[in-house]
Amino acid sequence: MSQYLTKRNFVFLGILATFAYFYHKDGDVTTSVVSTAVSFGLPLALAAMVGIMCERTGIVNIGIEGTMLVSAFAAFFVSSLSGSLIIGFIAAVLVGLLAGLLLALMAVSWRMDQIIAGTIINILATGLTSFLFKQGHTLPDAMPEIDIPGLQSIPFFGPVLFMHGPITYFGLIFIIFLWVALFHTAWGLRSRAVGEHPGSADTAGVSVIRLRYLNVGLAGLIGGVTGAFLSLELVGSFERGLTAGKGFTALALMIFGRWNPLGALAAAMFFGVAQAVTNQLMIDQVVNIPQQFVNMLPYVLTILVLAFAAGKVRPPAAEGQPYEKEQA
Amino acid sequence: MSPLLEVIGISKQYPGVLANDNISLTVNKGEVVALLGENGAGKSTLVKAVFGLVRPDSGEIRIKGEPIIFGDTNGIIGRGVGMVHQHFQLVPVMTVAENIVLGDEPRRGMLLNMKKARAEVKALSERYGLDVDPEAIVEDLPVGMQQRIEILKALRKEVDLLILDEPTAVLTPQETDELLTVVRALATQGVGVVLITHKLREVMAVADRVVVLRDGKVVGTTSPKESDEEGLAQLMVGRDVVLRVEKGDAHPGKPALTIKGLVVRDDRKLKAVDGVDLEVLSGEIVGVAGVEGNGQRELVEAICGMRHREAGAVLVNGIATEDMHPHSVHLAGISHIPEDREKHGFVSTYNVADNLVLNQFDQEPFARGWIRNADEIEKNAESLVEQFDIRTPSIKTSTGALSGGNKQKVIVARELSQDLHVLVAAQPTRGVDVGSIEFIHNQLVAARDRGAAVLLVSAELDEILSLSDRVAVISRGKIVATLDAKGADRAYIGRLMAGLHD
Repeated sequence: MSQYLTKRNFVFLGILATFAYFYHKDGDVTTSVVSTAVSFGLPLALAAMVGIMCERTGIVNIGIEGTMLVSAFAAFFVSSLSGSLIIGFIAAVLVGLLAGLLLALMAVSWRMDQIIAGTIINILATGLTSFLFKQGHTLPDAMPEIDIPGLQSIPFFGPVLFMHGPITYFGLIFIIFLWVALFHTAWGLRSRAVGEHPGSADTAGVSVIRLRYLNVGLAGLIGGVTGAFLSLELVGSFERGLTAGKGFTALALMIFGRWNPLGALAAAMFFGVAQAVTNQLMIDQVVNIPQQFVNMLPYVLTILVLAFAAGKVRPPAAEGQPYEKEQA
Repeated sequence: MSPLLEVIGISKQYPGVLANDNISLTVNKGEVVALLGENGAGKSTLVKAVFGLVRPDSGEIRIKGEPIIFGDTNGIIGRGVGMVHQHFQLVPVMTVAENIVLGDEPRRGMLLNMKKARAEVKALSERYGLDVDPEAIVEDLPVGMQQRIEILKALRKEVDLLILDEPTAVLTPQETDELLTVVRALATQGVGVVLITHKLREVMAVADRVVVLRDGKVVGTTSPKESDEEGLAQLMVGRDVVLRVEKGDAHPGKPALTIKGLVVRDDRKLKAVDGVDLEVLSGEIVGVAGVEGNGQRELVEAICGMRHREAGAVLVNGIATEDMHPHSVHLAGISHIPEDREKHGFVSTYNVADNLVLNQFDQEPFARGWIRNADEIEKNAESLVEQFDIRTPSIKTSTGALSGGNKQKVIVARELSQDLHVLVAAQPTRGVDVGSIEFIHNQLVAARDRGAAVLLVSAELDEILSLSDRVAVISRGKIVATLDAKGADRAYIGRLMAGLHD
């Protein structure tokens, strides 16, 4: 029994009790706030997965922001021009993959400073999307909401988890999949070994270069999915600077979640709730604060979270270091 | 049956050096062959050639009778050649089992089968009598145990030929003995072992045959029965070497260096030096013996003002020195031969003359007010190069271009040529050729005889025992014993180093 009396479980119970209390007070509003929180939290969580996949193999990716921005752009304009959301989504994924491979090229093959490599992607993304941006485009359709039959009628959990767009479902399943893959498959073991001590993987016959390319490329692909989610599913349009710092917040969440997909998911959902609650308070005009302060909230929380959590965490040891094969 | 490994007349020319000159060598099943040679004798070129990483200019290498193909490293490994690297290739945060199966993991469908991995590791460790706990986290284990994991990693791939590269560099004497027992046991089971080393004692203890390399040539093939340590050393270096340092009795005077209750933290903020009291008298050498990583580095850095002293004091001739202020510590009379010479010993892009005045360039006679006195700096350099036998094309050569031994001599010359009360020498002969080792040792003894207090920190117990007048044994940041070097018992010191004090 006593092994369950952990701090984490108390926090978990506390959160459940809080939801239960508010649900008891006003079921509809609570349900809608938490459901919105899932939508707000998901892009952060997925962006954090991009960071985790890269950093677990030892590549720092601060280009997540830019990756999402170009993919969101591609998703929106390709959908608008082709008249198909699916073609737009595929375009976003390909653009994301391209951004990932560009990072891999710079960081893995050219052994560039990884902060600079990521910054290049961010600047490139901001420049390209601003330059190519055209007013007056709209999406051919709204992204359809898929309600899972049966499950959607469960009170509270139905609307919160089972009444979303397709990318949301994909994202949630992917996060769990990534957790399993990272800790319970050979790919995960090798990836983590490469991120901690590339020499050990190399001498065991695992190609450090190939695995880093693979993971950074896949991460870029997920960054593309996240971008598509933003412009197609969450907002339904594109504007300059759509990503609004989410890529950087995601890095903070990754650290807060200790490079663990489920940890980062929990942290992202906490952020989502904070944002959704603020939104609700403004709609209800309970509080009347300028919009700018509300927009600041994620950043303030990021700083607080990092200040309190960061000192105790331990990043992958080989993070940020290019690998050069030692001559045996 | 053909031998496991045949090297037949291998030569490899690099620009300016003939790294391997017509080397031949065979290793049979169940045989331990020691490859003995100084740094730069051609050992690593030879090993690279065996793994297909270096293309020899002439000659042939055969494994079990079949010639190898250059570049086919994986194929060569597949034919049963394994290597244990000098620097461990282990993931510190993972378990023993995870490290051993990495790269060839047992699976159940898509998932890892860790249960099978643990069982495999258990079976492997029983088969070879190498006891390990599959679920332990590697970074929590002592170095000797980590090396055992490296060996198991190699053995898991069904190796017939195991190459051990300087395997004892980081081990305590007890761990070394255990390793040698393991090597013998492997040979009994039919594994051929190549032991690359420059430690004569190990060669004598374990090898069936000894192949001595010098300047890229095989200069002798012998066996421990037919030779002795002196003979091997002579072959290795090419001339007579005095293994024991010739020194007279010490004539200790007043305490010159006094360390009181020193507490220092390492980079991870853990207590690395935990209340050290130590006194070094002028005219004596005190050796600090210990397994690397037991606080020696932090102790030295704190004494020299390079690391914060959390508590305690360091006194020179009874006067306290300033914390975190290397310059004032130096002026107080402490000279320092740093462990990491490339980082703390000299500026590699500066020329030899400038490095020789690196910590006194602002003082008379090397400066007049704000202006450097180039004549004096050059005069100083000319005389030190002569006196300390620094082999350099000129005093204007940048120091980074010199060999390891000569770089070290630059530092030794600079530190010993100054008015000296206390000398702190950390690993003064690491990575230095045998000839320079002898020279540096004699210089340390000469400094002692001129009345300096010398604190010697070294990972080589032999060096400590032959140079020191007193030995202080450090374990987990504490001095656990101080004893006379004369008649000290190696095994007893080894036990103290391992933290097994009675």
